[in-house]
Amino acid sequence: MFQVRIHGRGGQGVVTAAELLSVAGFREGRHAQAFPSFGSERTGAPVVAFCRLDTRPIRLREPILAPDALIIQDPTLLHQVDVFGGLTPDGYILINTSRTFEQLGLEEFAAGFRPERLRTVPATEFALKHVGRPLPNAALLGGFAALTQQISLESVSAAIREKFPTKVAEANIAAAGEAFTYISQQLREAASA
Amino acid sequence: MLKQIEGSAAVAEAVALCRPQVICAYPISPQTHIVEGLGKLVSAGQLKPCEFINVESEFAAMSVAIGASAAGARAYTATASQGLLFMAEAVFNAAGLGLPIVMTVANRAIGAPINIWNDHTDALSQRDCGWIQLFAEDNQEALDLHIQAFRLAEELSVPVMVCMDGFILTHAYERVDMPTQEQVDAYLPPYEPRQVLDPADPVSIGAMVGPEAFMEVRYLAHAKQRQALELIPAWAGEFKRIFGRESGGLTHTYRLEDAETVVVALGSVLGTIKDTVDEMRSHGVKIGVLGITCFRPWPTAAVRAALAQAKRVVVLEKSLAVGLGGIVSNNVSAAYQGSPDDVHAVIAGLGGRSITRGSLQKVFNQAIEGKLDPVTFLDLDYSIVDRVLKREREQRRSGPIAEAILRELGVVAAKIG
Repeated sequence: MFQVRIHGRGGQGVVTAAELLSVAGFREGRHAQAFPSFGSERTGAPVVAFCRLDTRPIRLREPILAPDALIIQDPTLLHQVDVFGGLTPDGYILINTSRTFEQLGLEEFAAGFRPERLRTVPATEFALKHVGRPLPNAALLGGFAALTQQISLESVSAAIREKFPTKVAEANIAAAGEAFTYISQQLREAASA
Repeated sequence: MLKQIEGSAAVAEAVALCRPQVICAYPISPQTHIVEGLGKLVSAGQLKPCEFINVESEFAAMSVAIGASAAGARAYTATASQGLLFMAEAVFNAAGLGLPIVMTVANRAIGAPINIWNDHTDALSQRDCGWIQLFAEDNQEALDLHIQAFRLAEELSVPVMVCMDGFILTHAYERVDMPTQEQVDAYLPPYEPRQVLDPADPVSIGAMVGPEAFMEVRYLAHAKQRQALELIPAWAGEFKRIFGRESGGLTHTYRLEDAETVVVALGSVLGTIKDTVDEMRSHGVKIGVLGITCFRPWPTAAVRAALAQAKRVVVLEKSLAVGLGGIVSNNVSAAYQGSPDDVHAVIAGLGGRSITRGSLQKVFNQAIEGKLDPVTFLDLDYSIVDRVLKREREQRRSGPIAEAILRELGVVAAKIG
């Protein structure tokens, strides 16, 4: 089982991101379960959503306490919520920011993990460029696909097409594609460094 | 057809396949997505003939469902929590009149303190109202149970409540196999009412009944529910024949073969319990699971048979009989032929508190070691409780309890679990 926890704020499409990820997993023939942390339906309030992917049916209903991957949609949460709680030692982190882990002051924290699996991506910038609104979720899923290779960019795009009307979908797919390329490039550079 | 959709959307589609003729709805979380989904199907002309009636309250929702059903229509509504309580008088009336309404209850806690999260207090508060109550373990079963519910309700002329865990199931995206219209039509014949308000053939429904006949009417309601105990497994069998999967029935058992310890529960927490049991089984612990799908009528014989070999029973329930302990565990005790001292109530998940494998394993091990109290509150923070009790001892005007506890806890929504 591969478990993903997504942190963000109300209004940033956190719950939608988990749902899209589950649809992408389903399209690849896997069992997938997405669910939100419930209640904080206020714009700006911290929100968590979860997605499990597995080759077998998923029965577990507890929140994801030991994620294999974290997607942080809003870096201002780093100082408010224990977003990294329970991350497995081989885990992935993808943070929506134009800064690096060092610039975020996370150098010490990052030392305990595999550096090539800790990445940042300016997803909001990509969203503004392609979608015209600061909704980073689709771009982050593109980055997630590149970083973890748990799902393909094609499945992410198909899930986005299933959820949104054509025009909105294509704009989000463009943002996801740019984030995918951005992370892929970073990983190539890290591998050759 | 396999689909990856939200539980509420799956239930809305399944209800639509049952061809309801009147849907009355009043929004309340976490049920709202279901009737929103149905409303869209009606307004798009995809579900017809069907009248979607926006009502002014839950009391009106059930009252309209009663009227529609009495006029011969297949009637459906959905609610949760305070909404179910607000319609309670009409809920009893629907059962007393023998009207086969189907209602989804997206299980949620009851206030005060106000809480929108999941537990089973709402449905269990209505356990003696005369409705059949079915509990879904996952979204596949939730949608399957709705199809079975219409069949059961109409065959017996008894209303049926399909309970699914609010948020945990209603808001979860997971894989479901959506049946075809042909399959549902083959399973569910058109509604043929036993009683109908028809101007061409007038009757009255809802007579005042005095002491001379009231007991007999109530007895017949009880007898019908006992009859349902025989019909529910038979229709689950027919469901399997048409739809090709096991769903519904009275109970589900899991790894009971040589189980000395049996965990009993209702609803979606069964999944987490099964994963916990697998883990314990891999270490040689003889433990199994009994899932209650049909809570009313209470399947005494099935529960008794499933627990026949059990040395101890842990009833994990998302409900509390304040001043007594467990509700489900009380029912289980009545069916269990061993010592009542070996039935333990574990109250868990009230108001949406997470139920984790770690906590479950701890409490199951305590039961096996003979260290589990008759009533246990899973993951209760006694330090907070003790501080509140101390304050109440020390000062008369100790203030509102909920607010005091929130102040002690600090930041809301900072915790993941």
